[in-house]
Amino acid sequence: MFIHGGRNETLWPLIGPPAVWAIHFTASYVWAAIACAKTTHEDAIYLTARIGIGVMTVLALAAIAYASYHAWRVWGFGRYEPPHADDTEEDRRRFLGYATLLLAALSAVSVIFVALPAAFIPECTW
Amino acid sequence: MTAPTSDIEARPTLPERDSPADLERRRTQEVRLRKAWETPSGWHYWTAVNNTEVGVWYTATAFAFMLFAGVLALIMRAQLAVPENDLVSADFYNQAFTLHGTVMMFLFSVPIFEAVAIVILPQMLGARDLPFPRLSAFGFWSFVLGGVFVCGSIFFNAAPNTGWFMYPPLATDEKQSGIGADIWLLGLSFIEVASIAAAVELIVGTLKCRPPGMRINLIPLFAWYILIVAGMILFAFPPLIAGDILFEMERMFDWPFFDPERRGDPLLWQHLFWIFGHPEVYIVFLPAIALIAMIVPTFAQRPIVGYSWIVLAAVGTGFLSFGLWVHHMFATGLPTISLAFFSAASEAVVIPTGVQIFVFIATLLAGRVIFAVPMLFATGGLAIFVIGGLTGVMVALAPFDWQAHDTYFVVAHLHYVLIGGMLFPITAGIYYFYPLVSGKMLSMRLGKIGFWLMFVGFNVGFLPMHLTGLRGMPRRVFTYADGLGWDWLNLVSTVGAFIFAAGVLVVVYDVVRPKGREPYAARNPWNAGTLEWLIGMPGESWGVRSVPFIKSRYPLWDQPDLIRDVDEGRGLLPDAEEGKRETLVTSVLDAEPIQCLRVPGNAVVPMVAAFTLGGVFIAATFKLWITTLVFCVAFLAALIYWLWTGTSVIPEKTEKHVGHGLVLPIYRSGPASIGWWAMFITMVGDATAFASLVFGYFFYWTIHADFVPEGAGPGVLWPMVAMGLLVAAWAATLAARRLNTAGRAGAVRLSLAVATVLTVAGGAAGLWGPWTTNLDPTSDVYPAIVWILVIWAVVHAGVAVIMLLYCLARSLAGRLTREWDIDMANVALYWHFMAITAVVTFGVVGLFPVVG
Repeated sequence: MFIHGGRNETLWPLIGPPAVWAIHFTASYVWAAIACAKTTHEDAIYLTARIGIGVMTVLALAAIAYASYHAWRVWGFGRYEPPHADDTEEDRRRFLGYATLLLAALSAVSVIFVALPAAFIPECTW
Repeated sequence: MTAPTSDIEARPTLPERDSPADLERRRTQEVRLRKAWETPSGWHYWTAVNNTEVGVWYTATAFAFMLFAGVLALIMRAQLAVPENDLVSADFYNQAFTLHGTVMMFLFSVPIFEAVAIVILPQMLGARDLPFPRLSAFGFWSFVLGGVFVCGSIFFNAAPNTGWFMYPPLATDEKQSGIGADIWLLGLSFIEVASIAAAVELIVGTLKCRPPGMRINLIPLFAWYILIVAGMILFAFPPLIAGDILFEMERMFDWPFFDPERRGDPLLWQHLFWIFGHPEVYIVFLPAIALIAMIVPTFAQRPIVGYSWIVLAAVGTGFLSFGLWVHHMFATGLPTISLAFFSAASEAVVIPTGVQIFVFIATLLAGRVIFAVPMLFATGGLAIFVIGGLTGVMVALAPFDWQAHDTYFVVAHLHYVLIGGMLFPITAGIYYFYPLVSGKMLSMRLGKIGFWLMFVGFNVGFLPMHLTGLRGMPRRVFTYADGLGWDWLNLVSTVGAFIFAAGVLVVVYDVVRPKGREPYAARNPWNAGTLEWLIGMPGESWGVRSVPFIKSRYPLWDQPDLIRDVDEGRGLLPDAEEGKRETLVTSVLDAEPIQCLRVPGNAVVPMVAAFTLGGVFIAATFKLWITTLVFCVAFLAALIYWLWTGTSVIPEKTEKHVGHGLVLPIYRSGPASIGWWAMFITMVGDATAFASLVFGYFFYWTIHADFVPEGAGPGVLWPMVAMGLLVAAWAATLAARRLNTAGRAGAVRLSLAVATVLTVAGGAAGLWGPWTTNLDPTSDVYPAIVWILVIWAVVHAGVAVIMLLYCLARSLAGRLTREWDIDMANVALYWHFMAITAVVTFGVVGLFPVVG
């Protein structure tokens, strides 16, 4: 949109993977919180939330994987070593690809971290 | 426009180096530049807006507040030195610890980052100034006034006394908390405005005001951190502003947002406060780490190892820090799974934080380290911070936190994190950057003495607190009984605190002692590689003599002729032919020059605007409603005058030669203009505050089975009418913009008038809904939250009316035309956000009761 360089590139892809984490985190928290506030112990509303969080986790990891592949390609499939400190458009692009790839790894780990409670905690409150 | 292709050397138009003609050119250019950037003298000195002035005032003021809060801490430590002490009263102690936390967080930690960035960021980016110097000045004066107001309250025994996070029901109780809570809420809301102003300034400055060639992979790491932190401010401060609004409505008008008897919930405040409060810890920490990221390469004499990893860490921490807030609320009885989400995210944030520390260690290992004073403070700070980080991992585990919650263990943890992660690096930064400001060096001997006193004093003072806490001493008690096993630990802490304070005093003395007879420092005294060290000793207020082309992350190391070329005016913008202040605007990713930006000069109006706005907040604190109204009108008048005379100024020519055969436009509008960016960024913050209020609505829905009482509510009709009218007004505004592009001035004015009428009608219809259905906001939380949402939308409609009328007036005055259309583009942008606000507000209050 308005953060463009050559070839209509933008800075936004850099924050794609952490944004996926943020959406996954917020959705998991809100879903579980509402489920726990509205649950009556007999119904399966909490179980549904746990399964839903599991599905969202798979989707989030898929989105991060997609972003990683894209970033890996922009980086040049690892053909060029960092630090990507030349004053060329190519090096700028490789730098952004590489940084996005690193962020994707961090985001994937964080998504898994946040999903674990839903896997292990069988009731809203122990 | 053409991209620069020639190198600095290849400049055929300039006279031969050092020829008489060249020396004459340089001399006349310098005279003109100096005149354009002149700092006024006498009383007019305080009307200066240049970053070299405002940034220094800002830094000094923040430090003054820090020392004040430090004195409060020493009083507290003296009180706690022995059991059953009666040095101060319980109430004074309450005021002291509340003000200590408040001042350190809101008046020192956050402002000091803005202050330091205002001083050094333009210099680092080879810019003459930040894009909105008057906004910086406005932020500074707001900060001074708000800060003095909040701090001064303790001398009238009226300081806030309920802890720096102001939990209701204690803080909503008028008898328990007195006027102090109002001073806290309104004084700090005012300062939060200044923080958001700084965020706008710094984001646009980092992205758009770089030197040509400084692509996004070459920007100094400090700039990366500032960009991330400014973005965090946009999402962290607005929830607190929203919380402040709810809080103050409860205190002043008895709207029951946090009162359980009328179905409010004190936990909503805790959520809103900590959604702000936890990211704030990182807002404080990241800029300090940014200073270390500048200092470490200099003293290792090599580029940073792992530049991309630092970017990973900065961006990653920026995001993850928003997923931690509930770890301050582990003891409130939330569902286990909710606690676990936040515990998991709290452990995840350790990864990027650790990455930064390993990057620094790797850089030091790979270089030849020079252990000067800034390095002492930087490494000492990191050591302390790591200890605080490790106890942080402990308290991030909910079961451990239940044991340690509200004990001195937490006090020890947070001081290790903040003093190690923030105060020590800032002190390192002061020793490192001092020559940039004054041209002189600080004393290395005093620096070493100060460091060791601070380092030893800090650990003697705070390490025992871990034990005191584990032995059960709660925080915020004004005294304690004998024989609980806390006595000697507290005494040791007090001794340590005073040693630490002695170290701070040594540093302060070093900074303020007269240095008139000392020689100026050598140029680039630390042999650093980044652009801020281009500055001469002492520097000139124009900042950079001419703007260089950048090819490296460490241009002073890698571009040997750079300093000489800059000094000889062989870069861009070497002159001020028209006597105007100018700086370059470049593209975001590749830093190609796109505009020669005229930045406004010194003016008194930012100060007047800040003081009148401060008057609004202060008068409201004391419920002096007529005075409040008078200040409101005065503020509006100051603002309109400021806008009318100082913004979207029509230049005398459309383009300008800036050197190297480069011709750049002077006036740009829409997404290409920095004003449009500022509007966009401001409105993102505004939308976050609005989202926080909507969150409040659904929060109450979550906790109450029958949130909407039977038959209550604003109805469907009037909210829908309001929504329709405001959406129509949005369409009319867009039509005005389109007609303006087509050059049909008459139709533009008609459209603006129609939009104005529709907006007024829409606002009235919005209020009519809850009014006509007799929703009483003091009776229950449902009507209260409906009213707040509606009032929020209507106030924004009121602002929209002012903007539309402003455009109409500009059009009639011939200052808004087809060619000069910044105002129209920015108001249309505001209206996009306005339309979203209207649709969401009236959709929620009108339709949700039907479907929910």
